[in-house]
Amino acid sequence: MSTKPTPRVRVPAQAKKDEIIEIKTLISHEMESGQRKDAAGATIPRKIIKSFEAKFNGKPVFSAEWHPSISANPYQAFFFKAAESGEFQFTWTDDDGSLYESKNKLTVA
Amino acid sequence: MNLIRYGGYKMDSLKGLDSLDETPSRRLVLTAFTVAAVAAAMAPHMALATPAAVEAELKKLLGERKPLEGKIKLDLPAIAENGLVVPLNFDVESPMTEADHVKAVHFFADANPLPGIASFRFSPQAGRASASTRIRLAATQNIICVAEMSDGKVHMARQEVKVTIGGCGG
Repeated sequence: MSTKPTPRVRVPAQAKKDEIIEIKTLISHEMESGQRKDAAGATIPRKIIKSFEAKFNGKPVFSAEWHPSISANPYQAFFFKAAESGEFQFTWTDDDGSLYESKNKLTVA
Repeated sequence: MNLIRYGGYKMDSLKGLDSLDETPSRRLVLTAFTVAAVAAAMAPHMALATPAAVEAELKKLLGERKPLEGKIKLDLPAIAENGLVVPLNFDVESPMTEADHVKAVHFFADANPLPGIASFRFSPQAGRASASTRIRLAATQNIICVAEMSDGKVHMARQEVKVTIGGCGG
């Protein structure tokens, strides 16, 4: 465990009305599965990001529940139908209760 | 991984440690660590899920519902060279309206340490019931996908992925 997880999000700045846009997210996190053992044979405790949620103007759009078989530095891409301008709020929830957040604006022309 | 296990067993026999009170598998694994510390990151210490464990999960999810074929397009490599990072992409056919949309998509693996991989939930605002992520696969196995529709119907698809280097949770 080292640095604080840093989310990276790619949202197009602009979209046409009713255009379906793709949103790509990535967060640095080692996603320790709880299955590995250290050199002494002791189990390394599980520590993963267990969920991800995307909201737009406060309304849920997409969410994911992740298990330990999600790779380190979890990548998540999904779609959104642009209806109005507003702001995305992305939240990642860690096993230890920490929340990592990112906010991104979208302008619908 | 069988090589490491076997190597550990042979060493034990030579030392006459067969009567240790630990269960054999645990003892073999511990020995494997001392013999092959380098291989520790990929050591065969985990019990893998079985198709039966996945069936149990599916039963819990589906209840009495019978899964239908079709509608799910899975995009997974036929052969994954690195089990630690296997791209997973799916697309479920749906108009994604309030009345008719995909509510959730669940993924299971039948030879990972745990049967569940991930669950994705959609609102109609998503516009498309499709997503991509990256997963870990410990060995060659089947990926099972279950899509729950807003009308209560369930669709299921499965695909085998051959894994050349297992992503043993590390």
